[in-house]
Amino acid sequence: MLNKNQNSIIRLANAKKSFDNKVIINDLTLDIYDGEFVTILGPSGCGKTTVLRVLAGLETLDSGDIYLDDKCITQVPAEKRNTNTVFQGYALFPHMTVFENIAFGLRMQKIPEPEIKQRVNEMLAIVKLTDFKDRQPAQLSGGQQQRVAIARAVVNQPKVLLLDESLSALDYKLRKEMQNELKMLQRKLNITFIFVTHDQEEALTMSDRIIVMNNGSVEQIGTPREIYETPTNLFVAKFIGEINIFPAVIDSHIDEDKYLANVHGCQYTISTDLTLEKNQSVNILLRPEDLRIKELDDKATSVQITGHIIERNYKGMTLDSVIRLDSGERVQISEFFDEDDPDFDHSLGQKVAVSWVESWEVILTNE
Amino acid sequence: MNNSSMFKRFSIGILLVWLSVFVLLPNLMIIVTSFLTRDDANLISLTFTLDNYVRLFDPLYFKVLTHSVYMASIATFICLIIGYPFAYTISQLPKKIRPILLFLIIVPFWTNSLIRTYGIKVLLAKKGLLNALLLNLHIIDEPLRMMYTEFAVIFALVYILLPFMILPLYSSIEKIDKSLIEAAKDLGASKFTTFLKVELPLTLPGIIAGMLLVFLPAMGMFYIADLVGGAKNLLIGNTIKTQFLNIRDWPFGSAASITLTVFMAGLLFFYYKVGKSIKNRGNNA
Repeated sequence: MLNKNQNSIIRLANAKKSFDNKVIINDLTLDIYDGEFVTILGPSGCGKTTVLRVLAGLETLDSGDIYLDDKCITQVPAEKRNTNTVFQGYALFPHMTVFENIAFGLRMQKIPEPEIKQRVNEMLAIVKLTDFKDRQPAQLSGGQQQRVAIARAVVNQPKVLLLDESLSALDYKLRKEMQNELKMLQRKLNITFIFVTHDQEEALTMSDRIIVMNNGSVEQIGTPREIYETPTNLFVAKFIGEINIFPAVIDSHIDEDKYLANVHGCQYTISTDLTLEKNQSVNILLRPEDLRIKELDDKATSVQITGHIIERNYKGMTLDSVIRLDSGERVQISEFFDEDDPDFDHSLGQKVAVSWVESWEVILTNE
Repeated sequence: MNNSSMFKRFSIGILLVWLSVFVLLPNLMIIVTSFLTRDDANLISLTFTLDNYVRLFDPLYFKVLTHSVYMASIATFICLIIGYPFAYTISQLPKKIRPILLFLIIVPFWTNSLIRTYGIKVLLAKKGLLNALLLNLHIIDEPLRMMYTEFAVIFALVYILLPFMILPLYSSIEKIDKSLIEAAKDLGASKFTTFLKVELPLTLPGIIAGMLLVFLPAMGMFYIADLVGGAKNLLIGNTIKTQFLNIRDWPFGSAASITLTVFMAGLLFFYYKVGKSIKNRGNNA
């Protein structure tokens, strides 16, 4: 989906914003391309919602610029920007019907009434709310209100649709449904979606690209796969999914991108694009599903790290175990069930050796 | 029976006795009196009549009624015009300052309103402060006659009753979800349009509450008309007071009083209906 040659529809350049001397956005520069579904992901208080509000024009920047379609809109007020927002609590007008809510933006643009009627009705059909058009928002379910909020924003055909934690208030099943509907809607309308969430699973499922933010700065920008498989720093690695971090020291350079590393006294071969020195400390990052364990006799010795299983949880598709290494650290591992082995299981206290599929590891230096 | 239900019965009992003795009984007495006949020697004679209500339509009293409604309406309208921007401004100020300002609005209540009405006399008199100010600024050449006019009554009513307009308005303006205003802005509405299409309709219950809280007492504030209005600018309250204290026609005074009460009850019922329909639109089918 990602195409770097695409036109940047939104560009933030050196954006800075503080409230009461607390830095919320710290020198942020980023490009968002036409037609993509971008998610801004981060823990609460990382500044992601503020970025969205700045783009909408609901907050002003202390310094820096915003470009929409190569035009500087830093000083353009919200009501004159070609962006629309789906608010976190939906912010539907309680005294208006569904139809009036959706027609609000078009009426502000002074579009002739017959055209408004036609466009609102089309929109109602897309979000499957035609039968509810004369209801008041309070008479709708959460999911329906959500769809009205989306329809009310999208009917104005904005260049960019901004969604602020828009699915957080829905229950799990409805959220899954709305995720799919949103993605379908985005493909159909071909509008750029900028979606803010703290839910990493949601971000991975829906986005063409994810922008991971922390403390007002971008930690990493990339496709969901890049973010998950090759995090560029420990924050991203820890924030997205489960991860095991093994501290290691480089013993020697084998060849090209291969090194010999010492992890808790055991030697492993690691591969990385980084240039590493002998005796340098690094972190070896491994997802629970990338680890492998082998059951050992209590007295057996191993060239690999050993530990004991202290917890096992049946998860349906996987068997998730926690292993306490002999060094005291805890490691999470998730194994897929083996169709050929119906008795596949571990007992608590079982001694195991830990390894991983070579070259699936990610190496990060100590920052 | 446990203690808590004993206490419940006890407190409800006290309340019932209180309301019966001090609200229900006097009102019943007034209702009964309004159907009786005046008697010079004993105040009331026990002869049934509807004459007291018929007399209310006497052009003389009817004029007092309409003039009274007219003055109270103007005062209510002015309170709304002043009170809305006032309440709106307070709601926009930082959260720390708001309680202080609301407190300042309530402070005048600590002084008896009769004394404050005397204060207005000082302000509006021929040699009063307002005339002195206007003369010194050379806006007028000779002092204006402001006392004992319709203007003086309306001025005093607005002054005394303005807080009753500001407080309900403030509470309804302050309750509006800020994200609704942002949503309107995001959808292309100017500040003025946002006010007209979003804020004003959502504060309608506050507007109606404020108007009733000003209009209803305004009709009965006889001492204001007495002190600053002169003979021509009477309120219904004055008629009632005169019948009881000066002319000593208790049955007619009672009839006027009951009529006023029914009129006010009608307005309150209207408010209840409007409030309910607004709520209904917000809640269910």
